[in-house]
Amino acid sequence: MSKTEPTPATEDQDIGAAGSQLSTAPTEDEGVAMPGSFGGVRKPGALGWLAWSGREAVGWVRWIWRQLTSMRVALILLFLLSLGTIPGSLIPQTSVDAVKADNWRKAHETLAPVYDKLGLFHVYSSVWFSAIYILLFTSLIGCIVPRTWQFVGQLRGRPPGAPRRLDRMPVYSTWHTDAEPGQVLAAARGLLKKRRFRTEAAGDAVASEKGYLREAGNLVFHIALIVMLVSFASGQLWKSEGQKLMVEGDTFANTLTQYDDFKSGSLFRADDLDPFSFSLDTFEGTYERTGPQRGTPRTYEAQVTYRDGADGTPRKKTIKVNEPLETADSKVYLIGHGYAPVVSVYDGQGKLAYRGGVASLPLDANVTESTVIKVPDYRDKDGNQSQLGFKGLFVPTQDPAMPMVSRFPALDNPRLVLTAYRGWLGINSGVPQSVYQLDTSKMQQFKDKDGKSPFAQNLKVGDTMTLPDGAGTLKFEGIKAWATFQVSQQPGNGMALVGAVAALVGVAGSLFIQRRRVWVRAVRGADGRTVVEMAGLGRSESAKLPEEIADLAAALTADAPPVAPEEPEAAEEPVAPADSQDSAEPSEGARA
Amino acid sequence: MTLAAAANENLAHISNVLIYSAMAVYTLAFLAHIAEWVFGSRSAVGRTAAAITVEAQETAAGTAGKAAAQGGGTAVLERPKVVTRSVTGDRDVPDGPGAAGTSEKGDVYGRSAISLTVLAFLLHAGGVLTRALSVERAPWGNMYEFSTTFGMAVVGVYLVLLVLKKNVRWLGLPLTTTILLDLGLAVSVLYTDSDQLVPALHSYWLWIHVSCAILSGAALWVGACSTLMYLFRDGYEARLVAGRTGAGLDRYLAELPQDRTWARFKAKLAKGTDNPVSRLPAAATLDKFAYRINATVFPLWTFTIVAGAIWAEAAWGRYWGWDPKEVWSFITWVAYACYLHARATAGWKGRKAAYIALFAFATYIFNYYGVNIFVTGKHSYAGV
Ligand code: HEM
Repeated sequence: MSKTEPTPATEDQDIGAAGSQLSTAPTEDEGVAMPGSFGGVRKPGALGWLAWSGREAVGWVRWIWRQLTSMRVALILLFLLSLGTIPGSLIPQTSVDAVKADNWRKAHETLAPVYDKLGLFHVYSSVWFSAIYILLFTSLIGCIVPRTWQFVGQLRGRPPGAPRRLDRMPVYSTWHTDAEPGQVLAAARGLLKKRRFRTEAAGDAVASEKGYLREAGNLVFHIALIVMLVSFASGQLWKSEGQKLMVEGDTFANTLTQYDDFKSGSLFRADDLDPFSFSLDTFEGTYERTGPQRGTPRTYEAQVTYRDGADGTPRKKTIKVNEPLETADSKVYLIGHGYAPVVSVYDGQGKLAYRGGVASLPLDANVTESTVIKVPDYRDKDGNQSQLGFKGLFVPTQDPAMPMVSRFPALDNPRLVLTAYRGWLGINSGVPQSVYQLDTSKMQQFKDKDGKSPFAQNLKVGDTMTLPDGAGTLKFEGIKAWATFQVSQQPGNGMALVGAVAALVGVAGSLFIQRRRVWVRAVRGADGRTVVEMAGLGRSESAKLPEEIADLAAALTADAPPVAPEEPEAAEEPVAPADSQDSAEPSEGARA
Repeated sequence: MTLAAAANENLAHISNVLIYSAMAVYTLAFLAHIAEWVFGSRSAVGRTAAAITVEAQETAAGTAGKAAAQGGGTAVLERPKVVTRSVTGDRDVPDGPGAAGTSEKGDVYGRSAISLTVLAFLLHAGGVLTRALSVERAPWGNMYEFSTTFGMAVVGVYLVLLVLKKNVRWLGLPLTTTILLDLGLAVSVLYTDSDQLVPALHSYWLWIHVSCAILSGAALWVGACSTLMYLFRDGYEARLVAGRTGAGLDRYLAELPQDRTWARFKAKLAKGTDNPVSRLPAAATLDKFAYRINATVFPLWTFTIVAGAIWAEAAWGRYWGWDPKEVWSFITWVAYACYLHARATAGWKGRKAAYIALFAFATYIFNYYGVNIFVTGKHSYAGV
């Protein structure tokens, strides 16, 4: 009999009515009005034109808004977003690694200007990328607001009544019983309520619905996306991020002037900085000693003493790579390290002209470092004012065969190889100078005894380098470690985390919860017995719904025990074959 | 210290032996699957295909709807029976009979292939475990370790689906093929001696973040396979309904003008693949299966990214910095969101959504191989 069921068209209508508002997703209106036809009749004269233009403009705005908030456009914008994100990962970004981006620019002279025009060196703040996500989020808001109202309306309303023909629903069950229809319906309602369906009795049937959390989850998810965007944006605007290099023993107080390098969002103000201070007690790195990964770093640990506020009690803490120091709203991360040879320089008069740890610039993975020592306050042996500069390499593990390159990052055989200059360092010339570079344009290199080759020396700790002509001495006193720290303050992190968790919970609810309707109808059949019909409709077909209906039907038979129909025509009632538990599956398809 | 190191080296060696043994057994499983498909094609597939054609044509003639009906006979029914019917307007083409068709021999081969896969999986898991013991940490410090664990997770997902009695036996051949490629690449190109982690990887977030990433990827692989097969099967069913399979296809091919190269190519491709494709589950089944996998993984992938952001915040001082790895996991996420939207949008269901799903999976794979090898960022660690 099922083979001669009515045409699909009417079935679709039935299903459509029964399933209306199972979701708050916007329906696609395919045949949108022809754009440009909004104004209607244009009356003669300027006023007529004005009225027409007004109607036309409003019509256009409405049309664009409808397009923008449609699922189809959201989908396209999402796709554009995923495509638009790609170039930023393949082309070096100034915001991520400025040096690399500059090198790339230099290496591709023809492409670089084009890329610059397209904003490809700062994709994530470029006009076109911003346009995509702003449109997407506009669309998102335009979509969420009406859906939320619709959903609230559904929660206030009642589940829609039973469709006329339950046997056309995707999941269906029926049986005959001797119980009274009223009894059956009351029992069905009780049963459904107990299973936390919202129920509504209407006429000869009970309507019920469950799984509203799906819609709620979906809305929460989409709203959480907005929360995350807002917190990300506010984090960018108010954040501050500064770096500070500290040699063991140094102390840092969190004020703008103390930073080596400082970046902040456009709305950040200097007095937003948390007051705290810390000093670097020791820094220690360990490295792999054997195997092919020899020299790979294993642990980095910085011992610090910090004070909260201007004069809090000093506390100790170890900062590791994954474990920043957290104080007030700021976090202090360990981001780099190196060695600082400690030297004393005595001038031509034998007076101490300089003493300190000289943070040197690491050049390779084994921490070969370039060392520059500037001695601005110096007198030669005749008492004339001048300046000294030293330049060279610090090598934590020297191999005599290759004295200029370190073989291992730990201090196994530390050496300092230096050469010296005298003259003027150019410090006060007004041009800012790097501490890692020696400007030798106004300096003269000391020469060896032969008067030609440059004077240089390879020093162990404790060694002294005596400059020619009694110009002074340099003593290599010892080695300290230095570490660079990044101090970050980024408001909005907490809100971003809340948004992320809400998004997770929401999307899980949205994808794992089935929203579905179940109807039970009980009427007296031609044979005088009660015909019970039960049907279910989900938002999407799922293997779970047939199971649930089977379960509900079985539970209901406690109050409506099935009996076989006697009338021959009653056999026409669709009753599934004995193996229908399984036969339910093929049409269901994936048994996932 | 040296004693422990020797013990560890020993374990690492055992791990390598186990991985190679697993590869050998996977190869046997692969061959057994091939035999399964070959016997299946010789057997009753002709008959099966013909039967499907008849049924499909009947369906096409307007007898859609499946509500089976039958008179109840006994006096008291135990449990009311449930009838389901498809309302989505799918073609009512039944699932194919599986790789072995109706061939018993093929079925035996298929079953042995699964047993071999289970054995290989145990060896494989042993290899991953001994590797973990040898380095005394989670075995995800470099690409070699990641690849072997990823392959293990893929097989694990497949076996779990089998145990749950899901209709996934057809996955056997693509699965063993992929695993052999994955492990082959791992032992030849990506191999790195077992070792400790660089400081940035010392964190329990490694366990959380990476294990979720691996599990997501393994499940997404199953979803992508299903989607790919769906595309083939969908084309096949469309032609089935249009009467363009078997002899019909031959006729169509004969009538096609020589200069329509692309159409001829597609027809020939269809001719070559129809036989195995006819044994796959129905397009609707594959599509739904892929959707369920992808939809289940989406929250997990979301969590993977959130966990990664929390870790990045602890390690680098910012939870999001547009590092290439971050960028690509974001692209993957958006692409799968796009797929989910496509599934919910009229006019985008079906093939278009399937293409988006394949694009999304491609971004996942690129994030793994492409970004690690071609793009340098903060996520580049020891070795490859
Ligand atoms: C901006 C405009 C957007 C609109 C109009 C929109 C609309 C919708 C609608 C109506 C649904 C429900 C579909 C259903 O119940 O199956 C949905 C589901 C979903 N949306 Fe959006 N959305 C938008 C943006 C986004 C964004 C930006 C994302 C994340 C990247 C996203 C991710 C999702 C996910 C994961 C689902 C669940 C899919 C499912 O239930 O099958 N949406 N969206």
